[in-house]
Amino acid sequence: MDLNIIWFILVGVLFTGYAILDGFDFGVGALHLFHKKDEHRRISLNAIGPVWDGNEVWLVTGGGALFAAFPRVYASVFSGFYLAFILLLFSLIFRAIAIDFRSKMPMKWWRNLWDICFSVGSILSPFLIGVAMGNIVRGIPLDETGNYAGGLLPLLNPYAILLGITAVALFMMHGAIYLHMKTEGEMQQNVRRWITPCIIFFAVCYLVFTVATLTYVPHVKESLQGHPIFLVLVALTTLVIANIPREISKGRDGRAFICSVLSMALLMTLFALEMFPYMVYSSPDIKNSLDAYNAASSQKTLKIMLTIALIGMPLVIAYTVSIYWIFRGKVKLESTSY
Amino acid sequence: MDVELLARIQFAVTIAFHYIYPPLSIGLGLCLLIMESMWLATKKERYREMTQFWVKIFGLIFAIGVVTGIVMEFEFGTNWAAYSRYVGDVFGSALAAEGIFAFFLESGFLAILLFGWNKVGPKMHWFSTLMVCLGSHFSAVWIVIANSWQQTPAGYHIVETPYGPRAEITDFWAMVFNPSSIDRLTHTIIGCWIAGAFLLISVGAYYLLKKREEAFAKTTLKIGLSVGLVACLLQGLSGSISAEGVAENQPTKLAAMEGHYAENAPADMYLFGWVDESQQEVHGIKVKGMLSWLIYRDTEAPVVGLNAFPEEDHPPVNLTFQFYHIMIAIGGVLIAISLVGCIGWWRGWVFTYRPFLWVLVFAVLLPQLGNQFGWFTAEVGRQPWVVWGLMRTSEGLSEVVTAQHVVTSLILFTIIYALLFALFIFLLNHKIKVGPGKHDEMDEGYGHKARSLVDQIPNTEN
Repeated sequence: MDLNIIWFILVGVLFTGYAILDGFDFGVGALHLFHKKDEHRRISLNAIGPVWDGNEVWLVTGGGALFAAFPRVYASVFSGFYLAFILLLFSLIFRAIAIDFRSKMPMKWWRNLWDICFSVGSILSPFLIGVAMGNIVRGIPLDETGNYAGGLLPLLNPYAILLGITAVALFMMHGAIYLHMKTEGEMQQNVRRWITPCIIFFAVCYLVFTVATLTYVPHVKESLQGHPIFLVLVALTTLVIANIPREISKGRDGRAFICSVLSMALLMTLFALEMFPYMVYSSPDIKNSLDAYNAASSQKTLKIMLTIALIGMPLVIAYTVSIYWIFRGKVKLESTSY
Repeated sequence: MDVELLARIQFAVTIAFHYIYPPLSIGLGLCLLIMESMWLATKKERYREMTQFWVKIFGLIFAIGVVTGIVMEFEFGTNWAAYSRYVGDVFGSALAAEGIFAFFLESGFLAILLFGWNKVGPKMHWFSTLMVCLGSHFSAVWIVIANSWQQTPAGYHIVETPYGPRAEITDFWAMVFNPSSIDRLTHTIIGCWIAGAFLLISVGAYYLLKKREEAFAKTTLKIGLSVGLVACLLQGLSGSISAEGVAENQPTKLAAMEGHYAENAPADMYLFGWVDESQQEVHGIKVKGMLSWLIYRDTEAPVVGLNAFPEEDHPPVNLTFQFYHIMIAIGGVLIAISLVGCIGWWRGWVFTYRPFLWVLVFAVLLPQLGNQFGWFTAEVGRQPWVVWGLMRTSEGLSEVVTAQHVVTSLILFTIIYALLFALFIFLLNHKIKVGPGKHDEMDEGYGHKARSLVDQIPNTEN
């Protein structure tokens, strides 16, 4: 295994960490407006209150790692998807300040306003990320420098939109399971009723998306046919997701959440395997595609960065685990809560 | 307007707005550590109450710093794609290190700082404050290293790739400790401490004027004045060391800062002035030979001027000159205010002398302006280079992003940031008006444990 593959995996790990962690924040946000009582909405916010900020750092670090390890991908994707990306930034801004500002004032209109911002931001952000991923898999026209000049509208093709919706559905499922784990009483009863519809919504989206991939994205189909391991991964993902309702009905919330986390890790692995070695697929001109080799930094930099990651990641995992441990258990509103 | 100017304005707007917040988090982080250490050392409730009050303000500032910071992380890619491809190998590592070593530390322990009062013991809470304070300082370290590499690149070589030339690392530590890193990092961090200290000073003075929270206000003011005075004095020293570095590494920037054109002649220093760029003259009040003295300790020593370099390599001279002089003037005023404040504290009149308290309330704006103008000097003075001597700013743009794109995003950023700023001021003002040791009405009925502790403290307002 060479350094390029290691970095392909490490960037993948960072974005998977982001999807798993900020994923339930997005899901909690997407479901937020379904809570009718102010107290329930506060609990919903405080369920992610201590952790959403740290979860978002996975995106920032993933972006930094992409910049350092694969600067050509960083440059092409963010300049190529310019307006879509600016919209994503605004949507992340509104989501974050909504969490922070909402409970700082008692007025009803103030809280409703931020509840809406929180929810819209939490739906729009994963949708846009999904659309971007859809385009990267399906292929966008790149020139020899690796530039995409196709504008915003061609990015909003049905296939990419489908992946956008699938991402929102996945996070809603994940968020509902997380919220179920963090709540009790009446609110937990409400959340429990949402879990099955969320799983079904996601399963349908994912099925349609898979059929669409096999029909419209021949290069992914080819790589799937070449590697039977994909079938194993798909079967595992299905089993893990099917196990979620079982765990919920037995009252094992923690296990249900672990299953949800596992399913996301499996889906991201599947995505990475479908893509490898490409990072941005160029269509029609395949030779302009950006991959883990032609888009990478020098070997020396990849090595230095690996040292940084080997020192940093254990620390990061240690803080993350400690914070989740300290804030484990059901949410209780306190004077310092949002 | 052309896309280069628009992209530069957008970068300036987004970074200037972002830079209101991190200096406050860094400076306030240090002050929080001082307050909480005093609580641990003395076990006096008022220090705990004080820490709790400032932690809330810290949380608000931090949140806006984070969201505006994410924009910065990706703006290199969105608007400066050619730059990103050219420097990613070097510059990207510093940004990634910032994420791994600073942001995770900061945001992880911030959770305990904000929400962990009843979850962990006092020592663990103090430790979290220490980690947040360190994390915020680390973030400054890595981003200033990255920016310093743009000012004085080192530890790299230029390599031809099939996709064009780019800079690649040859020596990581030479990149980290490039010739301007330490000077600029010191200057930046002290600037942040001053920003934090003057926020304390301002709020303390405000309560004293309103005759409320007297004990809290006095202590806050004392902490603010102590940190402020030490930091302001250090900043004077750091500034003069930085200027020597600029003279050595970026002579056109130094020459522009004082409007010094003559190829090789003793250079003066202006108190204020106006550079007539077409006549190559400065009109203003100057101290003869002072710049030569500052750099070489000799008023007759020649300093290399702008005319020693081709005109296409000159930064905007008058703009750099003005930004620099505003920064210096603000620095001088801040030293004076903190000195007078400390004398007043020693003599005892500072807590009651209303005109001076009003000065202190509004002095909170000065470090903000000083920090902004300092960065404007550094960044405008670096022009026309985006990486000094290697890449011109005009060569770093995204090839596919049009002026229309940037106009759209610039308008949106301006509107959203204006809104964000208004909300920030509104909420900050609200928190200050509510004051320490009180809870907003929405906390009624929740958090019994924390309330019962707070209720034991005698209400100082009546």
